[in-house]
Amino acid sequence: MAVDAQAPARGFYEAKFRTCPETGLKVCAQAEALIKANAVVAVVFLAVGGFFGLLVALTRWPAVHLLPADWFYLLLTAHGADVLLFWIIFFEMAVLYFASAILLNCRLAAPKFAWLGFILMLVGAIVANVAVLQGESSVMFTSYVPMQAAPHFYLGLILFAVGALIGCFVFFGTLVIAKEEGTYQGSIPLVTFGAVTAAIIAVFTIASGAIILIPTFLWSVGYISHIDPLMYKVVWWAMGHSSQQINVSAQVAIWYAIAAMLLGAKPLSEKVSRMAFLMYILFLQLASAHHLLVEPGISSEWKIFNTSYALYLAVLGSMIHGMSIPGAMEAAQRKRGLTNGAFEWLRKAPWGNPAFSGTVFSIGIFGFLGGISGVVMGTEQLNLIMHNTLYVPGHFHATVVGGTTLAFMAITYLLVPLIFRKEIMLKKVAQWQPYVFGIGIAGISLFMMGAGTLGVSRRHWDIGFSDAAMSFDYPAMAFAMMTMNGIAGVLATVGGLMFVIVIVLSVFFGKPRTPEAIAATPTLGAGGEVVAQAGSETHPKLPGTIILVAVFLVAFVLYYYVNWKYLSEIWPLS
Amino acid sequence: MAILPPENRLWWKEPLSGTEIVWIAVAFVWGLVMFGTMVSWHFVGKQNLSNEAYRIDPAVYAELTEAQAEKYKVRMEGNLDVPVSHPPPGSDVYMLGRLWEWWPVLELEKDQTYRLHLSSVDWQHGFSLQPQNINLQIHPGYDMVLTIKPDKAGEYAVVCNEFCGIGHHTMVGKIYVVDKK
Ligand code: HEM
Ligand SMILES: [Cu+2]
Ligand SMILES: [Cu+2]
Repeated sequence: MAVDAQAPARGFYEAKFRTCPETGLKVCAQAEALIKANAVVAVVFLAVGGFFGLLVALTRWPAVHLLPADWFYLLLTAHGADVLLFWIIFFEMAVLYFASAILLNCRLAAPKFAWLGFILMLVGAIVANVAVLQGESSVMFTSYVPMQAAPHFYLGLILFAVGALIGCFVFFGTLVIAKEEGTYQGSIPLVTFGAVTAAIIAVFTIASGAIILIPTFLWSVGYISHIDPLMYKVVWWAMGHSSQQINVSAQVAIWYAIAAMLLGAKPLSEKVSRMAFLMYILFLQLASAHHLLVEPGISSEWKIFNTSYALYLAVLGSMIHGMSIPGAMEAAQRKRGLTNGAFEWLRKAPWGNPAFSGTVFSIGIFGFLGGISGVVMGTEQLNLIMHNTLYVPGHFHATVVGGTTLAFMAITYLLVPLIFRKEIMLKKVAQWQPYVFGIGIAGISLFMMGAGTLGVSRRHWDIGFSDAAMSFDYPAMAFAMMTMNGIAGVLATVGGLMFVIVIVLSVFFGKPRTPEAIAATPTLGAGGEVVAQAGSETHPKLPGTIILVAVFLVAFVLYYYVNWKYLSEIWPLS
Repeated sequence: MAILPPENRLWWKEPLSGTEIVWIAVAFVWGLVMFGTMVSWHFVGKQNLSNEAYRIDPAVYAELTEAQAEKYKVRMEGNLDVPVSHPPPGSDVYMLGRLWEWWPVLELEKDQTYRLHLSSVDWQHGFSLQPQNINLQIHPGYDMVLTIKPDKAGEYAVVCNEFCGIGHHTMVGKIYVVDKK
């Protein structure tokens, strides 16, 4: 590996680079080390948090009912925090460093600060976990006041957020250096543009988080006597909602990246794709009203304005990506000569490559299950028949697990050979992993949504109400849904475990990538350069993509109005 | 390629493909349709959440609820120590959430209109009326008022669906809807 030192034009440290034998990119050693550290820690939190998810799912399986009530609520809190916050955000740090330093051929800005951020995040995550496991902080990761957690629970989250904020600034700093030192020509790549979107939203998110978590921390130690529960929720969701938009931006950027690396896919139109990212910044992060649709004292005008102006324009952004990415894949494949019928391009795609299959499932689960259910649930009146039922976790397991987590897993299969420079071990297991995980997650999403449609409450230990003074029998179908949810949860866990095992073994015990191996099994798809050179105005007709988006639209419209039908059957109320 | 800077440095001048333009237009129109549906349901639909809410001291709310439950008590619920309150149609009806019960039990008449008040006297709770599947978030300090018209007789449960501590899953209340006497 060629290691050449470059005297920094400006900055604190001497950057070391190697040249990547597969992509020709110049790889900054510090950036590489940080990517590794963040990715490894992320996977550890996924493993721990995923295990808690299994225990939770087994408890909600009526015939198993594994955990006692106090442990159920405790581990549900830990599950939410470990996977939603720690796994995802550690991984996002790796994505930010990759999309800046690596893709732009640049040295990382202020690596010492990046390490400081990493350590703060790690300490924060551990402190929050300790607080939860000690048992005094079973407040769910939403920690709605006036329910109170131990002070170090809030403190851990604050430390974690500060660390993440530092990471965002290192990312922005790296962009500035790359621009100044001219490490790339013209505009930044689309994937980096997506990462910029994610980082800008992250700064907004963390600012909202500070506004709400710092007073809550002071309240928990007794310096503030009262926090209004409604005000808390409004500000909390400014953070909670926009943090999900970081995930969406990062995951869409990864979809583009994988389509490019494996198929040489080039965006149909840079202009449209960038505009769609911009819509996330302008609209999506502001659209937090859908979490507050059935709260007292919030006006219908604001709810409608916020969910439609802000949300639908953001949904428009996602629908654009949803056409643009399969379209780019189809165009690339057709240029390779796979032109028969509407779908030869898709049938003959590299389905045996987990990075590819993972991406396709991620797009499908995110769009069809997560996207449609999210818009339905975010409709002012429809939320009445869904709020706080299991429909909600059903929806977000489709978005944040089927969508984001699966996309992150998919790109990990490329980061291991490119950044860790190790061969993927257990190739067969890796090959099947996205299928097992994808089916499991699609299952838990659908079954939780089904149970929610039947009224089953989320965050609930016993839907048989055996200890309750008064009782209620949910329909037998609801119990069947919870059983199937448990089974799908086991399948998802197996899929998650396959991922963790393959990655841990490959990273720590994998064979180094030799030049021979690189020549035999290149990480990047063959022929990508040729495909990618063609200009977007010359791209061929895309019948397959048109059919796919048409099916999506029909499913969306039908399901949307089915729910209005359900709504019209409940008691009149105004 | 999306991982490299655009080859065409003037990428913003590239013409759009027809497919993309059509899809953007369709998606945009669909957004407008969904917006229109929400707004028009306020005029033609019967299920809209009220915007009526007041700040109230939880202690005051508890007093109001207790006074009403006492006044309109028709019986006790089963062998429990919970009154069943049957307020006159058209009146203001109070129910409160607290750790871990919905109190009191209400008895309402079918096809009559009531102004239902909901609030909590301690933490947040979730009012989840089953099997109707009407779900509302209940806050301490906020009196949420909705005008309801139960249109089917029967026995309904109020499950708590906002996590409220270790007894959360035991928090169940009742509303009876009876035919007019
Ligand atoms: C093995 C895979 C997983 C299984 C079986 C699983 C299962 C579950 C179940 C059954 C619930 C409880 C629903 C309830 O009672 O309210 C839950 C909650 C949740 N899960 Fe997962 N999950 C998995 C992975 C994940 C991942 C990877 C993420 C995030 C990236 C995630 C995020 C969440 C969140 C945020 C909650 C809500 C916690 C709360 O209500 O406070 N899950 N999960
Ligand atoms: Cu949201
Ligand atoms: Cu509760």
